[in-house]
Amino acid sequence: MSRLKALVREEHGTPPLRGGHSLCQGCGIPMVVRTVLDSIEGPKVVVSATGCLEVATTRFPTTAWNVPWLHLAFENAAAGASGVEAAYRALRRRGGLPQDDELTIVAFAGDGGTYDIGLQALSGALERGHRFVFVCYDNEAYMNTGIQRSSATPFGAATTTSPAGSVSFGKLQQRKDLTAIAAAHAIPYAAQSAAGPHWQDLSVKAERAAKADGPAFLNVLADCPLGWGHEAHVSPSIVDGAVESCFWPLYEIDHGEWRLTYRPPEKRPVEPWLRSQKRFAHLFAPEAEGMLDEIQQRVDADWARLVERCGG
Amino acid sequence: MATDLTQARLLTGGEAIVEAMCQIDPDVVPVYPITPQTPIIQGYAKAIADGRAHGEMVNVESEHSAMSAAIAAAVAGARTMTATSSQGLALMAEVVYIAASMRAPVVMTLGNRALSGPINIHCDHSDSMLIRDSGAIQLFAESAQEAYDLTVLAPRLAEHPDVLLPVIVCVDGFTLTHSAEPVELLDGEQVRGFVGEYRIPHPLLDLATPTTQGPFAMPDYYFELRRQQAAAIEGSLAVCAALGEELGELTGRRLAAVEPYRLDGARRALVCLGSTAGTAKDAVDEARDDGEEVGLLRVCSYRPFPAVAVRESLADVDEVIVLDRADSPGGSPPLAVEVAYAAGPVRSHVYGLGGRDLHPADLRGIFAGDAGHYVGLRGGEPCPA
Repeated sequence: MSRLKALVREEHGTPPLRGGHSLCQGCGIPMVVRTVLDSIEGPKVVVSATGCLEVATTRFPTTAWNVPWLHLAFENAAAGASGVEAAYRALRRRGGLPQDDELTIVAFAGDGGTYDIGLQALSGALERGHRFVFVCYDNEAYMNTGIQRSSATPFGAATTTSPAGSVSFGKLQQRKDLTAIAAAHAIPYAAQSAAGPHWQDLSVKAERAAKADGPAFLNVLADCPLGWGHEAHVSPSIVDGAVESCFWPLYEIDHGEWRLTYRPPEKRPVEPWLRSQKRFAHLFAPEAEGMLDEIQQRVDADWARLVERCGG
Repeated sequence: MATDLTQARLLTGGEAIVEAMCQIDPDVVPVYPITPQTPIIQGYAKAIADGRAHGEMVNVESEHSAMSAAIAAAVAGARTMTATSSQGLALMAEVVYIAASMRAPVVMTLGNRALSGPINIHCDHSDSMLIRDSGAIQLFAESAQEAYDLTVLAPRLAEHPDVLLPVIVCVDGFTLTHSAEPVELLDGEQVRGFVGEYRIPHPLLDLATPTTQGPFAMPDYYFELRRQQAAAIEGSLAVCAALGEELGELTGRRLAAVEPYRLDGARRALVCLGSTAGTAKDAVDEARDDGEEVGLLRVCSYRPFPAVAVRESLADVDEVIVLDRADSPGGSPPLAVEVAYAAGPVRSHVYGLGGRDLHPADLRGIFAGDAGHYVGLRGGEPCPA
């Protein structure tokens, strides 16, 4: 069966995350969640950090989840997943659970719950070697609380706490390279992927992550129409633009081996992609001269370093 | 009946709790080191290394993660225990509230220790008071023996279908955690028989019946969910009393929410928590020998607070004097407030912060009305260099 057919099959009947939730039109998050969960065979348990996904899918007394789902707080999705995994191992050992299918524990958190407040718990869980898949849906700011800057927010982007103004040009710091940080824990599998048009890349990586013999980390770019400032219907092309310009490259680190999983046929300049989103609009004002060049230079340098790491 | 010295072993409170943990043999134990609870997690780790315990010990990277992993494991369907103290409890406070609201029957030892600053490793009850309103049950041990007994009782109380709440066994740092006393242990079979199998109504790992746990509740439901939680802890008082009786049948020792000591005919009575009751009993005995009509009420169950039992125990006492090992700067000390609300006007003293000793002579001074509000605080004399 083709991968697409297999994913569609998972969406019939009782999909892990069903429709009817209140995530925004055009939001990248449900595409990430459904692609990841539909790509993993066997039973799954989901642990969510506080954030858009949690708020929009579990308003009591309703739920959009057809798989066991747990939320504790903002910063501790990885610690919660550690506890579920320890319980699973303990119960299996003493015969308290059916021994058939391997359970896959998947944690979802936004960039705030991963790069910032959740980083300590994530690092601890990766170091301890729990068997789980941590998925960051990275929409590059605190969107649930109203588009505040995070350490995933890219240089130059305007947010409500790094606004553009008459003497400022949005966020003035470089974002953190979290995928490399996760990989530095010497975990069996880490990868960077994107929602929407690159579903196949994400699907393959989710499957590999679930089969890894230890912790796995997926950093997945997910657009936010509200926070990025674009129309909902252009979400796929916005995400695609990030990948094709090498602003958000797709790659994996499998047991320490770095590999590009997608090389754009023709690397596009970043400027048209920036122009497509209101969060970068101020960069096109005359006062911001030099900012666009600086962003392009950073993207080029990061890409060159990544290509080198991946063996050229 | 007290500990039978002919059957007792010389154990610190920490060691006695480790023995209880080996007998209960929980499934998951997430831990993070902090003085003075470390002897517990170290002793438990050695017990696993020696094959005396069989749980999944998860050496997490912070107390916040310890409680987070503990909640997750407990709601997943695994019996879960942990331990902390002071700053560790302060760091995990956010998740202690969540443990109670998720009705996670986690059992935790709290080696009571002062809160920073200045940083201090010694005993007071500020850490317990920080999470007073979390919805977690807090039982204070007087002795190493009682630390053991309460640890054996705790899983049954936490997991009772009408309770389903975290239970914190509070043991005074160093005074109980590190001091050796004769402790009588039940045999392992008795403990396993008493605690039984771990059963909760909706385990997350029941894959055939998926559940959504820890959802988002808006004003249309939040209040009702909180009221259910409050009803559970209120009802736990009766459950705890019944379990105390049941365990007492095995141990021959009494476990109850309050312990009246020489209150018959007492005109003045002290009220306190924890190991200070041992000192207070000596002071009461001395005072009684001198003809003073004094007594003591030790509160074991601080949360839920046994207001009726406290009121009834103190009904015939002229003056109630509450000793608080925690202060509330700018307000009234927590136990005093609680007792005042339950029993009417009380005299309040704060003592022993950060490990300052309290002596029988201090308590005699309190009975005599000679002590200031802060007992043991240096007055005009200069601090030692």
